[in-house]
Amino acid sequence: MDLNFTAEEDAFRAEVRQFLKDNLSDEIVAKMRGMEELTKEDLENWHATLQSRNWLAAGWPVQHGGPGWNATQRHIFDEECSAANAPRIVPFGLGMLGPVLLKFGTEEQKAEILPRILDGSDWWCQGYSEPGAGSDLASLKTKAERDGDDYIINGQKTWTTLGQFANKIFCLVRTSSEGKPQEGISFVLVDLDTPGIEMRPIRLLEGGYEVNEVFFTDVRVPVANRVGEENEGWTIAKYLLTHERTNIAGVGASTQALAELKMLAAKVSRKGKPLSIDPIFMAKVAETEIDLEAMRITNLRMLSADATGREAGTVSSMLKIKGTVIRQSINDLARRALGPAACPFPSEEVIGNLAVAPPEAARNAADYFNNRKLSIFGGSNEIQRNIITKNLFGA
Amino acid sequence: MDFTHTEDRRMISDSLRRYLADQYGIEHRNQAAYEAPFHDTGKWAELAELGILGALVTEDQGGFGGHGFDIAVVFEELGRGLCPEPVLGNLLALRLYAALGQTERVDAIIAGTARAAVAVHETDAFVDLDEIAITANGSGDSVTLTGRKSVVYGGNSADHILVVAKNASGLGLYEIAPGDAEVMGYAMIDGGGAAEVILENTQATTLSEDARGIIEAALDAGRLALCAEAVGIMDVLRDTVKDYLLQRQQFGRPIALFQALQHRLVDFSIEIEQARSIVILAASKLDAEDRALHIARAKNLIGRAGKLVAEEAIQMHGGIGMTWEYGASHYAKRLIMLDAQLGDTEDQLRTSMELAAA
Ligand SMILES: Cc1cc2nc3c(=O)[nH]c(=O)nc-3n(C[C@H](O)[C@H](O)[C@H](O)COP(=O)(O)OP(=O)(O)OC[C@H]3O[C@@H](n4cnc5c(N)ncnc54)[C@H](O)[C@@H]3O)c2cc1C
Repeated sequence: MDLNFTAEEDAFRAEVRQFLKDNLSDEIVAKMRGMEELTKEDLENWHATLQSRNWLAAGWPVQHGGPGWNATQRHIFDEECSAANAPRIVPFGLGMLGPVLLKFGTEEQKAEILPRILDGSDWWCQGYSEPGAGSDLASLKTKAERDGDDYIINGQKTWTTLGQFANKIFCLVRTSSEGKPQEGISFVLVDLDTPGIEMRPIRLLEGGYEVNEVFFTDVRVPVANRVGEENEGWTIAKYLLTHERTNIAGVGASTQALAELKMLAAKVSRKGKPLSIDPIFMAKVAETEIDLEAMRITNLRMLSADATGREAGTVSSMLKIKGTVIRQSINDLARRALGPAACPFPSEEVIGNLAVAPPEAARNAADYFNNRKLSIFGGSNEIQRNIITKNLFGA
Repeated sequence: MDFTHTEDRRMISDSLRRYLADQYGIEHRNQAAYEAPFHDTGKWAELAELGILGALVTEDQGGFGGHGFDIAVVFEELGRGLCPEPVLGNLLALRLYAALGQTERVDAIIAGTARAAVAVHETDAFVDLDEIAITANGSGDSVTLTGRKSVVYGGNSADHILVVAKNASGLGLYEIAPGDAEVMGYAMIDGGGAAEVILENTQATTLSEDARGIIEAALDAGRLALCAEAVGIMDVLRDTVKDYLLQRQQFGRPIALFQALQHRLVDFSIEIEQARSIVILAASKLDAEDRALHIARAKNLIGRAGKLVAEEAIQMHGGIGMTWEYGASHYAKRLIMLDAQLGDTEDQLRTSMELAAA
């Protein structure tokens, strides 16, 4: 047992840190600290910066343009990026479609699509959920019917994150109604410019706009855009659920959020003293910090064990549940730290001119509400518990 | 013992509930709550006509209620209807004006012809009255005030603003005309309006030079109001979650059939009953000597129960609970944010510990 990083790992950390220092602008760091929505351009620019160093596609193998990192390196990279307030890497192309193509795509699909993800030509979004198919994803109804060399797609997807920035969507569609629902699903790639597609915004409870509904009316898509075999899309969906585990616990982001919380507590006062010496409030901060510290080790421990199959499912579900609960409690404390200063709706006027709260904390309440999503999306925490239960009892 | 409300209180509660259900639907509410002046001035007048402001002070003071249960029944309905009108700010002002015998102001507020707000908080004094820094300059008729009062509930649409400021004898209460200060209004994240009030040698009328006692009593009335509002909100959320679980189908059945969700609905329903009880107790103590302890305990429990109910309500709805369009999300937001008003869960815990030890 040795919890220290090796000398090479420390050197790698230093290299990442230096790169971030040289390449992250103050403007982006301020936006990240203040939890401002980044523009499409901000995100694209950051992707390009990472790509210039070959660090964008952290999980991809070298021959396809990835850095070839192991799990520990990826963990270090994530920690450093979060600590430096770097924008997150938009996951849909890099973390989801990329790995799917690497595992299930044809050589033509890999050759055509992967480079366009790396150079930013395409922005992908994820079309899985439907109004009637959330937790029960396999009940999805969006239909793709064969017509010669095309599929004709009809139906509706929803909750499509950052669809407003995307030019492509990968979808799970129903290609057969025979057998079990899971057996009639296919994975298809759709160009959002195709006639018959309409996207409508959904406003979230805190006022932000990051998700959409996508309507498909007689949308014609070449059969060649299918990934994997017809009716085997469910295998792909399941693969994705367990494949991307490295960042699922969000340890880096939580660590940074906790550091911000402590700085805030030192800045605001209660009873004439800094909140950071108030035992009642700080006891809660300390508990959360203890949980996070354990999570950091749990995460490293589970990543270093090469889990497969059922075990892998349990691990990613555990990391997701505990990681999101910790993050949400940091958000809760960050809102509470402000007292009534958390109340104003974070308009530009309120943040810029009135400065009721410190500017980096003005969106703390909004962020708290927005991050309630963490325990809902990507398979809700209830569904994760069901997965663990199934694995536990071998059902 | 008798846990039923009097006929009069049931009447005001029923009529307010009906009025808000008919006249203040969620769409109208969300429009009014987030666009200046962050409430509906026409509806304010109608609420005054219904008598809900009169219910907040006693008969001697020009109203027809004024006891803990009067405040509680009104605010429980305001919570149930998710009403963004600035009743909290006007409750605080009414209690202060009434305590000082300012009949003209009391009558105008009750009639709905004037609105008032109370400026207590400062950016470094959001909870504790001892930390208030703004100091009255001068004495008698020629007092001026300088400094910033922060997050003044209803301050954006008040005709009179009561300012709490330090003076030689402790805490005084001063009145200013909003036009003599810089009043910058904004929406709150859960809807409704508040303001920053910037005072710069602002001319003020002295209402009382020694007002600490009545200020504390008024703030406790406000805390009771918030607690009762929370109970109304929690009842709605429980019903909404229950209906949604029955209606939403996943895996070929209503999600209400999943025991993982059933037990959680039950657990938070138990907390709602606990919340209802402690608010009843606190309401009964509003005029008692140990008022402050009971109010602090109630608001602490409300804070904990409210967080549980709001978070569970969002979670158990799945994605739909995260949307602006779905009403329950606004109830959840209000339930979370009201904790921050007039001292949150931890502040109340601190107060409860101090007062219980005393
Ligand atoms: C902000 C946000 C972004 C999203 N982004 C995307 C995206 O980009 N692409 C995409 O395809 N989807 C996306 N989603 C959708 C997300 O994956 C779904 O919301 C999620 O799967 C839950 O489905 P649902 O909302 O239909 O809730 P439901 O499935 O209706 O669930 C309602 C409640 O019931 C619980 N429940 C359901 N079944 C069970 C059970 N068997 N046992 C116990 N409890 C159960 C759930 O956990 C939840 O609490 C996003 C969602 C949100 C909120």
